Amino acid sequence: MNLQPFTVVAGAAPYLPQANLDTDVIIRIERLTALARDALGPFALESLRYRPDGSEDPGFVMNQAHFRSAPFLLAGENFGCGSSREGAVWALRGIGIRCVVAPSFGDIFFSNCFQNGVLPVRLPAEQIRSLAEACRGGEALTVDLERCVLSAASGPEIPFMVDPLRREGLIHGLDDIGLTLKHNDEILAWQRVDRQRRPWAWSTVTRL
Amino acid sequence: MSTRTIFDKLWDAHVVRELGGGWVLLHIDRHLLHDLSGPPALAEVAERGLRLHDADLAFSTPDHAVSSKPGRVATTFPLGGKLHDALSLRSNEMNVRMFDLGQPGQGIVHVVGPELGIVLPGLTVICGDSHTCTNGGLGALAFGIGSSESTHALATQTLRMQKPKQLRIRCDGVLGPGVTAKDLALHIIGKLGTAAGVGSVVEFCGAAIEALEVEERLTLCNLAVELGARAGIIAPDDKTFAFIKGKRFAPAAEAFEEAVVHWRSLASDDGARYDREERIDAAKVRPTITWGTSPEQVVTVDGRVPDPANAKDPAQRDAMIAALDYMGLQAGEPIAGTPVDWVFIGSCANSRISDLRAAAEVVRGKKVSAFVTAWVVPGSENVKRAAEAEGLDKIFKAAGFAWREPGCSMCVAANGEQVPPGKRSVSTSNRNFVGRQGPGARTHLASPAMAAAAAIAGAIVDVPEISGVSS
Repeated sequence: MNLQPFTVVAGAAPYLPQANLDTDVIIRIERLTALARDALGPFALESLRYRPDGSEDPGFVMNQAHFRSAPFLLAGENFGCGSSREGAVWALRGIGIRCVVAPSFGDIFFSNCFQNGVLPVRLPAEQIRSLAEACRGGEALTVDLERCVLSAASGPEIPFMVDPLRREGLIHGLDDIGLTLKHNDEILAWQRVDRQRRPWAWSTVTRL
Repeated sequence: MSTRTIFDKLWDAHVVRELGGGWVLLHIDRHLLHDLSGPPALAEVAERGLRLHDADLAFSTPDHAVSSKPGRVATTFPLGGKLHDALSLRSNEMNVRMFDLGQPGQGIVHVVGPELGIVLPGLTVICGDSHTCTNGGLGALAFGIGSSESTHALATQTLRMQKPKQLRIRCDGVLGPGVTAKDLALHIIGKLGTAAGVGSVVEFCGAAIEALEVEERLTLCNLAVELGARAGIIAPDDKTFAFIKGKRFAPAAEAFEEAVVHWRSLASDDGARYDREERIDAAKVRPTITWGTSPEQVVTVDGRVPDPANAKDPAQRDAMIAALDYMGLQAGEPIAGTPVDWVFIGSCANSRISDLRAAAEVVRGKKVSAFVTAWVVPGSENVKRAAEAEGLDKIFKAAGFAWREPGCSMCVAANGEQVPPGKRSVSTSNRNFVGRQGPGARTHLASPAMAAAAAIAGAIVDVPEISGVSS
């Protein structure tokens, strides 16, 4: 839905090295109960971006002028762990993030990224630190998804792995549901067989 | 193919089609919907002009944003009222069975699924909620998904997936007296870390797991996602079958017997291969509580707050320093004796009848400290009614606990029920993240008995010091 095709993205790349930055911190639950998905950006990472009195924390990296509309986020291990809330990706999209680079990701967050035109890239922590160093002053990072390389202006191209089907989906902004429904006859046939094979899994789901 | 794990068997049995590149279309047998993630997924199906592929395989109930205030209605928490109405409207429109407020079947989705027999061994179960892994305690392949994947599953009854890796955690020996499944879970997360299970399904096995009651297995699997795992799973056995028999949506009579034959074949074969294996000595597990802001930051209740100077690397040291600061704790101090302001007994980790019995046992005849606000939030309407039939509500109320209505409440604080900033809570829930129970709230995760003891003592305390029973 409304996926913006992803090919080359370039821009600033702030570094948030803390491990286990969870989706509760990325977007607080009460923002999800109160707001529509396109209104979450101002509240992304709010406990880090703002002080308890609501004012911006000038010491937080993403509040620095050259990182304000950064399309990248360089992150620590297990980024996006915890809650399954897709609002975490919606909120990051809301502040312009298109690509998150981390040593590892929470599994559900990782999947949710692809559903929303955001590219999660796994790289060793060491390489992320060098990229962060090269981009410290707001220097641009570039990701080319066609060629699967990341590069800072001053450094070599860093190749990364992304699943080919996921890559295809991002580049063309493909709709998974449409693709799957092309196989609907097979789904229905599988279900007919399964009703014979595992009647107990089906027969009790009745309207009592 | 000759030797397979329980996960291999469940996976193979649900592959509708290979998509190439290791991707498959996996059939989904049950889809649970709650008031937070359910409405947007259902709405998107409708807005795209699609329809539910199998409405009979979906069930809904409001849990996240409903007030737990005694006598609550849908609008007691107004924002929750909107979500409730959206869930109700869509469920009606799209023919999804909904268990509404006050009805048996309402409650935390992961409590309700097993209790109604909606979740069964051998099924694939999803919900837009990371703690869907709870259901693996029955031998189901159950995992959380995001909103888009939920929409996909509603419209196609499948998910596009790649097979996760497999981690086996064998728990040998027996848990000591007074040591619970929650202590075991926190011990494992403390030992292996919150990223140990990333990209994996974790199977728990061994003598200590076989000895667990079914509700304890649900608690253990509930915390599988805090290990980073997509799902936790435990092979079903006679205890599981006895638990399921007679449940409202479970197969009955011959269908049940037929199902049991199938369920017995699910256990992992001898010699089945895993990507990673870990062993835990259950006898060494002590009553455990978290001290920091990640479920891996644990300490035994008789232990001391760890010193960042002993961290294994600079990243861990920085995380520990930040956690100590947020939690208002000093390295090297005993965790026991730390004063507590709030106690929350509830959540999909620990809000079932056995949890409430364990807490009531500690509380019986005692009084909650004058400095503590203590809540019991039963996991479901059925748990609430069962507890009241046993008189547990009277025990809690006599001690000074609030006895509230079922839902997620203060575990996730989506319904306006928050621990105030800077206040310290001992909670039977599963996440002690920064701000999880409210901005600035300081959360210590513990078992129901330990939370109950903290309410009485007004401080973190080992249970025997309150109950007088030596462990």
